[in-house]
Amino acid sequence: MEDDAPVIYGLEFQARALTAQTAETDAVRFLVGTQSLKFDNQIHIIDFDDENNIINKNVLLHQAGEIWHIGASPADKAVLTTCYNKTSDSRVVSCAAVWRMPSDWETGNHESPDESAHNPQTLELLCHLDDSTHGNAACVLWEPMGDGKRMISLADNHALLWDLQESSTQATVSSTATLEGKGQLKFTSGKWSPHHNCSQLATANDTAIRGWDLRTMRVWSVRYNHSHDQLVLTASRDSRLILSNMVSISSEPFGHLVDDEELSEGEELHQEDKGKEPLKDSVVSTYEEHEDSVYAAEWSSADPWLFASLSYDGRLVINRVPRALKYRILL
Amino acid sequence: MDEGSVPVAEDPGRRRRVHGMLKLYYGLNEEGKAPEQPESLDPCDINGPHFDPELYLNKLRRECSLTELMDQETCMVRQIRSLDSDMQTLVYENYNKFISATDTIRKMKNDFKKMEDEMDCLSANMAAITEFSARISGTLQDQHAQITKLSGVHTLLRKLQFLFELPARLNKCLELQAYAQAVNTHRRARCVLQQYSHLPSFKGIQDDCHAIMDKLAQELRQKFRDGGSSAKDLSECVELLLQLDEPAEELCDKFLSHARSRLESDLQGLEAEIRPSLPSPASNTDILEFIDRGCNEFVSSLCLVITSYQELFINHAQKGELLHAFVDDLAARYFMLVERRIQEEKGVGDNSLLVRALDRFHRRLQAVAKLLPGSAVPNKGTEIVIRAATERVKQYLSALQSFYMDSLTDVRQALATPRLSVAGTSVAGPASGRDAPTSLPELLSSLSASILNQIKSVLASVHLFTAKDITFSNKPYFKGEFCSQGVRESLVVSFIKFVCQSSRQFCETAGDKGGSTPPALLLLLSRLCLDYETSTISYILTLTDEQFLVQHHSPVTPVTTLCAEAREAAQKLLNHYVKVQGLIISQMLRKSVETRDWVNTIEPRNVRAVMKRVVEDTTSIDVQVGLLYEEGVRKAHSSDSSKRTFSVYSSSRQQARYAASYTPRYHSSTHTAQLVAEKILHFHLHVFLLPQVSVMTGIIKISLKTFLECVRLRTFGRYGLQQIQVDCHYLQMYLWRFVSDENLVHFLLDEIVGSAAHRCLDPAPMEQSVIEVICERG
Repeated sequence: MEDDAPVIYGLEFQARALTAQTAETDAVRFLVGTQSLKFDNQIHIIDFDDENNIINKNVLLHQAGEIWHIGASPADKAVLTTCYNKTSDSRVVSCAAVWRMPSDWETGNHESPDESAHNPQTLELLCHLDDSTHGNAACVLWEPMGDGKRMISLADNHALLWDLQESSTQATVSSTATLEGKGQLKFTSGKWSPHHNCSQLATANDTAIRGWDLRTMRVWSVRYNHSHDQLVLTASRDSRLILSNMVSISSEPFGHLVDDEELSEGEELHQEDKGKEPLKDSVVSTYEEHEDSVYAAEWSSADPWLFASLSYDGRLVINRVPRALKYRILL
Repeated sequence: MDEGSVPVAEDPGRRRRVHGMLKLYYGLNEEGKAPEQPESLDPCDINGPHFDPELYLNKLRRECSLTELMDQETCMVRQIRSLDSDMQTLVYENYNKFISATDTIRKMKNDFKKMEDEMDCLSANMAAITEFSARISGTLQDQHAQITKLSGVHTLLRKLQFLFELPARLNKCLELQAYAQAVNTHRRARCVLQQYSHLPSFKGIQDDCHAIMDKLAQELRQKFRDGGSSAKDLSECVELLLQLDEPAEELCDKFLSHARSRLESDLQGLEAEIRPSLPSPASNTDILEFIDRGCNEFVSSLCLVITSYQELFINHAQKGELLHAFVDDLAARYFMLVERRIQEEKGVGDNSLLVRALDRFHRRLQAVAKLLPGSAVPNKGTEIVIRAATERVKQYLSALQSFYMDSLTDVRQALATPRLSVAGTSVAGPASGRDAPTSLPELLSSLSASILNQIKSVLASVHLFTAKDITFSNKPYFKGEFCSQGVRESLVVSFIKFVCQSSRQFCETAGDKGGSTPPALLLLLSRLCLDYETSTISYILTLTDEQFLVQHHSPVTPVTTLCAEAREAAQKLLNHYVKVQGLIISQMLRKSVETRDWVNTIEPRNVRAVMKRVVEDTTSIDVQVGLLYEEGVRKAHSSDSSKRTFSVYSSSRQQARYAASYTPRYHSSTHTAQLVAEKILHFHLHVFLLPQVSVMTGIIKISLKTFLECVRLRTFGRYGLQQIQVDCHYLQMYLWRFVSDENLVHFLLDEIVGSAAHRCLDPAPMEQSVIEVICERG
């Protein structure tokens, strides 16, 4: 029962933004945002054909700037958010915006994929997530189970809850929360909790993780309960991707999940089915296909045993959970 | 001459015959002398019996000359003359004796006749006396019988008088409270009274006596019930009552209940001594006094009760279990008090007091064991002693642990103090960096010495439990289990484990507040654990085994396990040290990158101060590590491939390290390509292979990697890039010395510059020569 070899896909530019297309539950599809200062940045839509181990790609232009974070709407396949850097007048500004993919990208590109790479279509801007007081958006998180109306953006040391209105063309801040503490604290990453009716989220800054309750927007705990997580992916700067099988990490400080040398940065956690039999906490496998720091890893929304990882040098690798482990968890 | 010689020759023979006859007469036996003079058969022997004068003469005449014959003749004549005179004297003497003997015999004949007459007279007199005596006894016969009868009557009357006086006497006794006498008297009269109770007068006496005795019994009971009297009185009381046929069961119960009340008052006294100790420990009596009091009051009274009980109720065998239950019950309460008192004994200062107290406690219980064989009391006492000992061991363990933590706090303070002074003198290069940690080896040695001393003193204290003069030390528990499980396992091994454990905790708690544990402490502890692994553990355990003569009946933790644990802890601490130091430097680098506007920066003129600081810190860390991890460990563990690299490094290190001029030496660059291919960024610390170098490599790796990541998150202007170039070059100048392979540093720094160039809006690198000038100026 050999595991399939990982599939590797290369991008022309450096990249650190990766997401699964959350609303898509049939096809294994990931979105990658590139980072380039000199050229127009792109969003690559990667389709993975599980049966044939083949990758199909589509490229959309993202002219606003280099993409630091990307998020896909859970309700509408075509809607996504990016956090990007804009350079103007030798100043670097971080912004966030909601975009819609052109409606015909799918049909049009299937016929001539090569051509589409050369003449990529452009994203349609729906709205900016602008708030004059809170700049430098680090990431935008969609409410995972909702109807695509709510999202959180993390900017510096603020967390903002946005409501999208009028088919996502208008966004208003409905509430904010601020992390206060010594020094300049910055949110670097976050994730919604899938439990508790989607009213809580966890954010990470440096080596600490914080839990938030959206109903009150107050810190309710400094720990995030991962008790229902089992398979955890950690991406790290030493160009390795580690799949750990953490059966019981409830109430474990976040720092323990982070690779030794890391300040928490570029980690993605994803939850998987709850284990039925007690398996030991262990590293399941380490993937070493990358040659540079891995900044993003993401589980597929369609196939829970599939995940993609993206390294800085623009290499996207799609891997599967080893079959032996998969069957052990399932059976 | 011849004529003269013949009679001379004949004379001795005749004389001999006369001698023999005399001898025969006097009953003298010749036999005694006969064998001494073997008779010569030589006929020429003039003294022999077979002397032949003819032969002799012939012989003389034949053999001798005339003169000789003449001489012989004169000699012989002289001899004959002397013999003649001798014979004359003998005859005279014998004659006289014979005469006197005849006289004596005659005189005796006369005397005997006289005596015979007197004897006849005597026998006649005796016959007369006999006759008289027979006549007298015949007459006295009747009177004698009468006298015997009279004396019998007299005794009877005396007895009767005694009986008649009995009530009065008893009353008097009662008045005088001479109960014992009363009972004795009554007992003597009781049978008689019983026998003659059919006679009305005796009946009366008996009734009187009964009444009195009832009263007496009443009084005795009363006295008994009051119970105020001493144990001796009490037992006397019981004895009397028993003699008065009181029911034994009841007495038994009562006796025990009295004894109980008295013993309970003893116990209350003891309890009272425990109580006041709680608010004011100063007035507390020490445990030895307490146990003494317990022994003297409670245990001795208990023994007394047991003895008197056994004496009193010796016939009532079934009462044995009653006594057992009684003793067990009271002893249990006593034990409870003792245990409470022992539990209060928290101070671990002087163990000898406790041991002596326990010894006394145990010794006194042996008395109970002797008095009451088969009682569970002594065993329970031993159990208490064992529990106390185990408890003590636990206390010692916690004392050791807190001592260890205290010493760590001291070390922490000692580490903090010089650090402040360094901060005061500001940045003075490696010299000030040296000031702070010079005390590190001293701290280490003093720490380990004080811990070792503490362990030794604790062992000595615990050793008291097994001293020869302590009664309980020869119990199997103290010989075996106490030594192996108690002292070795739960004291020594637990402590070592605790040391490792607490060391590991230092690694876990840090989190992002790495400052909570000073890195130097981590390093120090790591070295401590390593020392433990190499020598201290086995030393301590050997010491323990020798002191306690541990015989391992049950499995014990082997030295190797502990060593492995210590080694693991040491490794973990060192890893953590690397992590913490790496994070500190990383943080500096990170802040320096994040807080700057790299797009709009001015043209670089200097190396940024942060970089200098990084180099300084790295140098002082290197010194710090070098102070604690020196040759021994390296030699022991280095593999041959790394040894070569290290020796080059080591020899060039001293002159190269603080060299002012920039003279990079790119030695041992043989396996560059291989290294890069091997993904050198993988974080593998084989710290004990090359402690110092590995530590430094780890720290520098972490720092530079952070630098790289931070650079990648920023966007640079032209001068921003150039500044990074300058900084990296500066780092390259100084950091390569610390690592095992400088290609690693080169690779990472190249990567940093490359990433910065990538993220640069206007990538125009600075010229290498300019960079070098700037760096050397800095």
